[in-house]
Amino acid sequence: MTTSAPARATRALKIPTRLDRRYLPVLGTFVVLALMLVLGGTRYENFLTPAVVSNLFINNAHLIVLAVGMTFVILTGGIDLSVGSVLALSTVVTAALLQAGLPPAVVIPLAVGAGTVIGLAHGVMVHYFQVQPFVATLAGMFFARGLCFLIAPESIAIENASFVELASWVQIFGGWRMSSSVLIALVVVGLGFLVLHFTRFGRTVYAIGGGEQSALLMGLPVARTKVLAYMVSGTCAGLGGLLFAMYSRSGYSLTGVAMELDAIAAVVIGGTLLTGGTGFVLGSVLGVLVLGLIQTIITFEGTLSSWWTKIVIGVLLLIFVALQRILTLRRT
Amino acid sequence: MTQQTAPAVVEMTGISVEFPPVRALDGVDFRLRPGEIHALMGENGAGKSTLIKALTGIHSPTAGTILVDGVERRFTGPADARAHGVSTVYQEVNLCENLTVAENIMLGAEPRLLGGLHWPAMRRQAASHLKRMGLDIDPSSSLGSHSLAVQQLVAICRATVSDCKVLILDEPTSSLDTDEVAHLFTVMRQLRSDGVAILFVSHFLDQVYEVSDRMTVLRNGSLVGEYATADLPPAELVQHMIGRSMEVLEAAEEVVEHAERPAGATPLLQVVGLGRKGSVQPFDLDLYEGEVVGLAGLLGSGRTELARLLTGADRADVGQTRVAGQVTRLRTPRAAMGHGIAYTSEDRKGEGVVDGLTVRENIVLALQARRGWMRPLPRKQVDELVASYIQQLGIRPADPEALLRNLSGGNQQKVLLARWLATAPQLLVLDEPTRGIDVGAKAEIQKLVADLAVEGMSVVFISAELEEVLRISHRIAVMRDRRKVAEIDGGGATMDQVVDLIAGGGTR
Repeated sequence: MTTSAPARATRALKIPTRLDRRYLPVLGTFVVLALMLVLGGTRYENFLTPAVVSNLFINNAHLIVLAVGMTFVILTGGIDLSVGSVLALSTVVTAALLQAGLPPAVVIPLAVGAGTVIGLAHGVMVHYFQVQPFVATLAGMFFARGLCFLIAPESIAIENASFVELASWVQIFGGWRMSSSVLIALVVVGLGFLVLHFTRFGRTVYAIGGGEQSALLMGLPVARTKVLAYMVSGTCAGLGGLLFAMYSRSGYSLTGVAMELDAIAAVVIGGTLLTGGTGFVLGSVLGVLVLGLIQTIITFEGTLSSWWTKIVIGVLLLIFVALQRILTLRRT
Repeated sequence: MTQQTAPAVVEMTGISVEFPPVRALDGVDFRLRPGEIHALMGENGAGKSTLIKALTGIHSPTAGTILVDGVERRFTGPADARAHGVSTVYQEVNLCENLTVAENIMLGAEPRLLGGLHWPAMRRQAASHLKRMGLDIDPSSSLGSHSLAVQQLVAICRATVSDCKVLILDEPTSSLDTDEVAHLFTVMRQLRSDGVAILFVSHFLDQVYEVSDRMTVLRNGSLVGEYATADLPPAELVQHMIGRSMEVLEAAEEVVEHAERPAGATPLLQVVGLGRKGSVQPFDLDLYEGEVVGLAGLLGSGRTELARLLTGADRADVGQTRVAGQVTRLRTPRAAMGHGIAYTSEDRKGEGVVDGLTVRENIVLALQARRGWMRPLPRKQVDELVASYIQQLGIRPADPEALLRNLSGGNQQKVLLARWLATAPQLLVLDEPTRGIDVGAKAEIQKLVADLAVEGMSVVFISAELEEVLRISHRIAVMRDRRKVAEIDGGGATMDQVVDLIAGGGTR
């Protein structure tokens, strides 16, 4: 998104900080992330090492994928509360089908596809039946969680050889490690970015968030786009489940309880407005990294209870929401 | 200018639209030729919007045929209509403020590269479209950073991107000031000479006469007739539109009876050096009983901001307010109400009526709020009060239980007036009470304002229409660039005089 610099500069004189303001929340997240890295680096030895940063990505790959999907939905002005349950469903489906002896080539599409189908159902409910996104995806959340228990109440270990091989694939560059799940997550982030910024579907997602009625009158395909946004989120949740199954080598119906809230928190901290229309996928990734880094710092601290993570996340959320509020207030 | 012989690009025959039990359109014929600006005239509720929506596929007609370029069409919606060359620009700018100008213009017809958006080409094309419209703005700036007038022009720009044969402009000028309207008309004339058929809807008669070639008049969902603009004098047009004699209108013309203010009277409200940073520069204003004070000025000159300071809707940083000689601080609208000061906002929908409540509930709202919720008004008293206002102000439909959202703009405005009149205010501040409402209702509201002043109420009257301000006001305060620049006597003032003051020489 670059234009001739002089043109932009003269405009910026007339409308001070207007253009920058769009990137301000993301910039804020980036600053927070950088501060945390510096703080950790000065406070603890072995903090700013490739191993720690690599682990940050490896431990949060599934959350990154969830946050990318959530960004699509929140950009349209909606919300998806089901992603935690759908992630659990996906792990259970993966583990159960692998246990039944199906090959990963069959199991993986089925597990991811389960999320897509649930997303489709959400989209249809939200758009065609005008159910509020909160309620529609809340129903989906209970449905998916119930389905998990129906399939397997107990945790199932994954022993399929080729799946384990896929899960344990690691590329090492010096001290840096890149697992298959991180690779997948990064590909998803890249795809999410491209789709949002370089396709009509992506721009329509923003347009709907900016004003659904306007988007409709502009002749944009609102119905299709809205349904697709929920399908993207569902698919990401399915994929997130797959990554989580690879990470934990098991499928368990109680995984990912309240993980949807982590995803929402990451998106909001990443600078996406809950009212829709403003935000970036890369911001959401930064949001996930901030959450992950809080966890890492508290682990390094050693004496602190891990519940401090929640308190810090809460405070950060509040600060970011207040910041956004100030920005939007000033705009009007 | 009009090509009488050219075949119509849009031909609607016998169009009926029903929203049971109401028949919104009844067998209307409408013809639009290429290269003409065709005004669609009628009061609120005459069926103008319904006809446009029937054409663009938002409403489906229960009877009749629509030919576009000689082919029978029933569009499935705005997108479908646009694909066949029929584009609409609405009164409220229906674009997305969070997207860039380039996207708002090009989305739907965007240049592509490898299946994705081709941003550089998109910006380039958008820039050339903007240039054709005489707009010099950066296509990659966000739409929300521009004024409403620019957004309106961007909306028209969007409409002309795809092969546009028919351009529908629904009240495009209602929030533009004089210069901006002139710019819009230049663009419209240029499009006309390119062979585009333009359907123009406006409440401003002078604008319609300035720009249109031909007009179709609707009344109560039926066709009155199609006329060449040059052959139809304004008085006759108004008669066609309202279908009743000119008495009401003329009555309003005559009301400017300037009663002498008794010497040495205490102003009802006196403000000295009242101002607010970023809103209005400090100003003085005295308001007396029985007087209508008009506020004249361009859009954004600080008219509304001044009204909000007077009525406690915004808090002043500096200055002093005296109510009946006593220094008083009006911190909130509620405090102002306590001193008999009522304010109706220019944003009728957002800050005025509650459109999910009934006429009755809307009228008693302010009165009830002042009494407090612990002491509900007796139902019988409410019914009497509401019935008397419905009758007095001529609110249609005369049904206290009708939902406000089902009333036309003019009637909603009357309900809003009734709400404040019910509180028996001493000072009534009316911000754009006649915007977007039809000629008949406008005249009725002007007459009402004049009558209120005769009865001793003090009224501040804000309107973008200078004529109206001139006709109705005893005194006129002129605003420019968020500053009160002059105060003149309404009786002797002429249009030129006020325009000069507003323009202020040298500022433009």
